[in-house]
Amino acid sequence: MNVGIVVFPGSNCDRDVKHVLDKTLNTNSKFYWHTKRIPNNIDVIIIPGGFTYGDYLRPGIIASHSPIMKHIQKLAQQKIPILGICNGFQILVESNLLPGTLLKNTSLNFMCQWINIKVTNTKTPFTTKLQLQQKIPIPIANGEGRYYADKKTLTSLQKNNQIVFRYENNINNSTYNIAGICNKDMNVVGMMPHPERASESEINPIDNKPSLLIFKSILKQFTIEN
Amino acid sequence: MTLTNNELTYLKNKIDRIITSTELQIINAEWSEHCSYKSSKNHLQALRNCNNTTMTGHDSGVIKIDDDYVITLHIESHNHPSAIEPFGGSATGIGGVVRDILSSGTRPIALLNGLRFGDVNNANTKWIFKNVVNGVGSYGNCIGVPNVGGELEFNSCYNDYALVDVMCIGFGKQKSLIHNRANKNDLVILLGNFTGRDGVGGSQFASDSLKSNDIVSAIQIPNPFIKKLIIETILELIHHNCIKAMKDLGGGGLSCAISEIADSLSVGITIDINKIHTKQTMIPEEIITSESQERMLLIIDKNNLKKVNQICTKFDIPYSIIGTVTDNNMFKVTNNNKTLASLPIDLVVHPPLLHRNSSVPHYIHELKNEKKYNPNNNLTEILIQMITHPNLANKNWIYGQYDQEVGIRTVIKPGYDAAVLRLDNKKYLAVSMDGNPKHCYVNPYFGAIGCFDEACRNIICTGATPIGMVDHLQFGNPENPEVFWSFLQSVYGIKDYSQEFNIPCIGGKVSFYNETRHGQIKPSPVIGVIGIIDHEPFHEQQICDGDNLIMIGYTKDELGGSEYFYQIFDSYSGKCPQVKFQTSKQHMNIVLTLLKNKLIKSITDCSKGGLAFAIAKLCMMNQIGCIVNLNLIPHSKLNNDKLLFSESHSRFILAVSNHNLDQTISILNSQCILFNIIGKFNSNNLIFKQNNLHVINLNIKTLHNKWMTSINKMMSNGK
Repeated sequence: MNVGIVVFPGSNCDRDVKHVLDKTLNTNSKFYWHTKRIPNNIDVIIIPGGFTYGDYLRPGIIASHSPIMKHIQKLAQQKIPILGICNGFQILVESNLLPGTLLKNTSLNFMCQWINIKVTNTKTPFTTKLQLQQKIPIPIANGEGRYYADKKTLTSLQKNNQIVFRYENNINNSTYNIAGICNKDMNVVGMMPHPERASESEINPIDNKPSLLIFKSILKQFTIEN
Repeated sequence: MTLTNNELTYLKNKIDRIITSTELQIINAEWSEHCSYKSSKNHLQALRNCNNTTMTGHDSGVIKIDDDYVITLHIESHNHPSAIEPFGGSATGIGGVVRDILSSGTRPIALLNGLRFGDVNNANTKWIFKNVVNGVGSYGNCIGVPNVGGELEFNSCYNDYALVDVMCIGFGKQKSLIHNRANKNDLVILLGNFTGRDGVGGSQFASDSLKSNDIVSAIQIPNPFIKKLIIETILELIHHNCIKAMKDLGGGGLSCAISEIADSLSVGITIDINKIHTKQTMIPEEIITSESQERMLLIIDKNNLKKVNQICTKFDIPYSIIGTVTDNNMFKVTNNNKTLASLPIDLVVHPPLLHRNSSVPHYIHELKNEKKYNPNNNLTEILIQMITHPNLANKNWIYGQYDQEVGIRTVIKPGYDAAVLRLDNKKYLAVSMDGNPKHCYVNPYFGAIGCFDEACRNIICTGATPIGMVDHLQFGNPENPEVFWSFLQSVYGIKDYSQEFNIPCIGGKVSFYNETRHGQIKPSPVIGVIGIIDHEPFHEQQICDGDNLIMIGYTKDELGGSEYFYQIFDSYSGKCPQVKFQTSKQHMNIVLTLLKNKLIKSITDCSKGGLAFAIAKLCMMNQIGCIVNLNLIPHSKLNNDKLLFSESHSRFILAVSNHNLDQTISILNSQCILFNIIGKFNSNNLIFKQNNLHVINLNIKTLHNKWMTSINKMMSNGK
């Protein structure tokens, strides 16, 4: 199984994601520097968090214009599972792979804290091993993490079952407490919280199992196929 | 120009020809107090002690933790810049300390910051505080290095000023450390940001008192995005074995970086000013002293140039080949073929050292006798007041703005006595940073020892053994003999403790001229200590009804410089707490033994705010009440207020279940430890009682809420 982690200038969670994938789940994931081409036989793509291009202009916008994103858009059409975490979610939104936008937190500050999210869609490649309404203790770390969608977009998200994770409590005034969404085909998922920071018991003070299931979900499909 | 007449005469005698303006700027930068340590160097020799785990010759301290891996450690401050431009000043402080860790060849894995500001109620204090936190956060978050701990203190001696101390920890393989060697004709490379007029004269600016008309051009501009790319570029260059020697550009810019690296390598360096990539048209004097951020100086073998070019191109990091290594021990600057400067390296890096006079400050004698005061008998009210003061209040407003998790190493998160990080070799690293200017004001010798002891106690509470320390000595104007006396006393204190406990001092900084129009700051040494845990770190367990409260240590009449006297009576007078080395060691060892035997549910040490705050904190973090019997606390016949708020050292508060009580007591007894079971946890109220009288009675939920929200409230009132 080929898992690719896309690395832009300023990505800073790339090594953390690789650690969880390789050390905890025994995969052999590969980094793809933004100037490199992702091979067509790729099985899963993860866009990690960080501050790509220093968040200049606005988070994710410069990375979204990178040639590698054009290719990722094509791979998305081919239903390749793609997960964007934090800044990766912002890049997916700026690339129009996911609807809505991410605004500055109402506190106007960077927010780093442990919170709970709940699973609201178990049909995406990253949530098949989870259960509906399952609680995931997980940290957020962002300055622009307030998901916003207008009424029409929200209705469409609800109708098409595109809301994947919701915050248990209203922590940042996100529309409908949204923490993560997917596209209509459900192969592209974006989430603000960091599952790679919650998947090992050593660094998760509450319970690491639910978060680990996000990564295990993708492995499960490919193990069956193989 | 800050050179004194004596220094100019000395220089003229040594050179014996007309000195060029470029030479004068080089000397001026390198001979500043900030770069040369000319006031302190003589006295710091005694401080740097080593053992077989320490490695010297790097910009940061290096400690071997096993056969393969090393920890690097460095501490810096950015006080003057942060007082004027708090966001950029604090951010570039982080940038600087991160470069020192990188220069050794290790990846930065964690940051700590110790922040000190003026009077809480002062609007300017809030403005500085808010923007410093913002600056620290935005820089660390962007470069992907977690902020895992630190401290916060407000005191009117820092009005219109700020102490921003930043400590950085690096981790890497011993074999990847930069060896720092060079041969004739090796290339000198300047890598990173373009050199500009920002930060020209920064080191001289930091070597003088802060005045109202200071020039803002001395302040550097942060760029964490470029820094992140430089970190990756340098680590990839190291991976390909491309770097022979390396130094970061900090205070004094190229002048200091080149002269110091040439001195440490015993070579000469010739650079062509024309080759340097600059932001704007600049004169050579500006280029040579600019402190533009995010730059590194590298010495490489000619044969590696192709690889260096390839890696820099990958990360889009600009670089220039600015010169070559020579064998004549000269620092030569040319502009195309014209020589602008030609100075012996030895002269540049070794200014005439100064002998500063010292004398005991007058105030010291006045403070020895405790001022008479009328204690307020409503100690419940006093405790609430103290706990909600930002010096003791919960700091989540700050660390909630810092990424604490990136790098996925943070096992024990901010908010506990010390943070714990996991390392790649299955070991764990505990880190703590402590200062106590109020104690150091009353007694700079015992005050400095106390900071060191507190940092060690914090490390011990995680189950770790201290293995190394760095110090940052921040004082006022060294030309003032009273200030210089306090400095010397602190140095002696740190030296004595370091030797007695065999904890090597692996690095540090001295920062003088911390004075404003309001006067000198209080003596503010800050100590950073790291410890290693070989097995599993201590994880606190939830305290339940019926668990026992044990206190180790003796409470003495030591309230000089205490939070209680400062907050309630605006007084510093009284006796400064003194560490008894033997007792301290004994108590630390017994705590480690109890932790190893997994007998303790939760533990904290007593420091600022005394045992009352320590117990209240334990209760608040566990959301449980406790009945404490004051009659049972080992003490020297103190009144209740003094007993509750004395800051005597070597005291620990432990929560132990009934199941483990007998074994705990027998271990404590076997080592003849002074301790007592002083209370029981239960229900919802924290009660301190004497005989059958409730001296303090507080609902823990209410108190917890006040403790958690205090700083948030303070900051939302004044934006």
